[in-house]
Amino acid sequence: MTSPATPAPERILRLREAAHRIRQYALIQAEVQGQGYIGQALDIADVLAVLFADQLHLDPLDPESAERDRFQLSIGHYALALYAALVEAKVLPAEELQTYAGDDSRLPMSSMRTYTPGVEISGGSLGHGLGIANGVAMGLKRKGSERFVYNLLSDGELGEGSTWEAAAVAAHHRLDNLIAIVDFNDQQADGKSTHMLSMEPVTEKFEAFGWEARRCDGHDVPALVQNLTALRESTQPRPRVLIVDTTLGKGVDFLEAREKLHFMKVEPQEWALAHEKLAQSHRALTEDQAR
Amino acid sequence: MTTPTSTPSPTPTSTPAALRSGAMSADLAADGQRAISAPLGHALVAAAQRDERIVGLSADLAKYTDLHIFRDAMPERFHQIGMAEQALLGAATGLAMEGFIPFASTYSVFATRRAYDFLLLDICEANLNVNLVCALPGLTTGYGPSHAATDDLAILRAAPRLTIVDPCDAIDIQQAVPQLAAAEGPTYLRLLRGRVPAVLDEYDYTFELGKAALLRDGADVLVVSSGLMTERVLQAATALERDGIGVAVLHAPTIKPFDEEALVAQLGTGRLVLTAENHSVVGGLFDTVARVVASRGLGERITPIGLPDGFLEAGALPTLADRYGVSTAAIVERVRALL
Repeated sequence: MTSPATPAPERILRLREAAHRIRQYALIQAEVQGQGYIGQALDIADVLAVLFADQLHLDPLDPESAERDRFQLSIGHYALALYAALVEAKVLPAEELQTYAGDDSRLPMSSMRTYTPGVEISGGSLGHGLGIANGVAMGLKRKGSERFVYNLLSDGELGEGSTWEAAAVAAHHRLDNLIAIVDFNDQQADGKSTHMLSMEPVTEKFEAFGWEARRCDGHDVPALVQNLTALRESTQPRPRVLIVDTTLGKGVDFLEAREKLHFMKVEPQEWALAHEKLAQSHRALTEDQAR
Repeated sequence: MTTPTSTPSPTPTSTPAALRSGAMSADLAADGQRAISAPLGHALVAAAQRDERIVGLSADLAKYTDLHIFRDAMPERFHQIGMAEQALLGAATGLAMEGFIPFASTYSVFATRRAYDFLLLDICEANLNVNLVCALPGLTTGYGPSHAATDDLAILRAAPRLTIVDPCDAIDIQQAVPQLAAAEGPTYLRLLRGRVPAVLDEYDYTFELGKAALLRDGADVLVVSSGLMTERVLQAATALERDGIGVAVLHAPTIKPFDEEALVAQLGTGRLVLTAENHSVVGGLFDTVARVVASRGLGERITPIGLPDGFLEAGALPTLADRYGVSTAAIVERVRALL
């Protein structure tokens, strides 16, 4: 298995800036409510930046274009991360983030297909996304489309049996236009995923199901670009999955250290500090790259 | 298109054979009854020939839901998902999102009890044109509660945007299929499979999605019925007519959205009113009718005929139909007792 060449520094810098903006947008929304799935939004920001600013074929003027790659968020509680990515992709206006989870908002706390432009599926109940991705992948093939369907799921979601039904169906039907991404942050509602219902070794499980599987650090932007590019360019007649190891609250050190990580409450006086810590860690990262 | 075959009933011979449970038998029609074979499968092939968006899916039960007719006629339009009902509804969802019109088949119990979350959130919320054609509604198998969908209407009536059809016979099924495909949102058909009786072609009747039809009029009794119970009610009405009892039969194959006006037009005449359904008396046609009557402030008393609020026993279908009061003879007896 060969990997594409290391991406150019300017490309990486551009994607790190995108990830930083996604994190900022996530904090802006979360502050409106004072709480939410903030840790998850921060942990998946690098992946979403690489997808929405690099990998996906999207038309911001026509989010339902037949020529788009389909991006499905199976984990509906990551909605604020998706809304942030859709702002970054210019599908949603940044001002709308202030309406997050409010009355009459198009941005409900859990993402819903019919509520928000650019949201492909309703994901609040877990274990649905991969099965729908199968049907979309079948439909794209029926139409002779070259486009891909991406499905973002979580390690906790691997506990849902329906995910493995879908994994078997995808492999059996050789859906090589399907790329799943598993956010492995090792956290779910009651605690650490690996302590409750460990699905490790995840890479080997997908491989045993007939998938082409890779795993990398979900905050390593060059590795994300290389692995996602490699999966897309693979010539194997198999569905593909990238497992990304991530840290909840990534980029805001005092949130990373919280004991209650799954659904976070942030005190009013903490938001300014959160933005500051985020800016600090972004500076450190980009200065590190510049050296 | 298969045409109905008319064969006279065979004369009973000396000793009747022991009643078999009929658990795995695909045929609903009695020996010698006028019937059409696999009406769903043939109607779907005909509809798909006219509309290239139609695709078929099954979860390991194509042969037992008559979808094998479609599979064999149009193999390139068929997706076998395997024994995975949640994945079945997921794949149907994705295909509908890409502009196709999926007909997905399995047994009713598996689509409803097992995969309801997927039906509700993926298909109904998005109002996708996914059509579920699901076999073994109510008491159509002697296999027992694991396979008998006596509760599917109760479960599904609460699903927003879902159209629910409970056909009487092969005619209803054949005429419903193109209308289900043409309807914008999701639909659920209570499928009768195998050799399915042909009944309604003897009446001035055409299936119309969302409409109920008065099949016959009568001065003494009104029966609102759906599904295969309409055939039994019609037979009961003929028997009661010989005693001078006039029975009107309002066939309501669309359970949701329900044709309230057709029902209300028949009420208020002082007739004995009954509902007849191949479903638990909880949550199905009786509740649908009672809800209309109550919400409109009408004071009609309505007597339900249906399956009990319990787990059905296994056994031969005619035995069970008698035991639970849903056979033709039981309907006749019930009406006489109530008059």
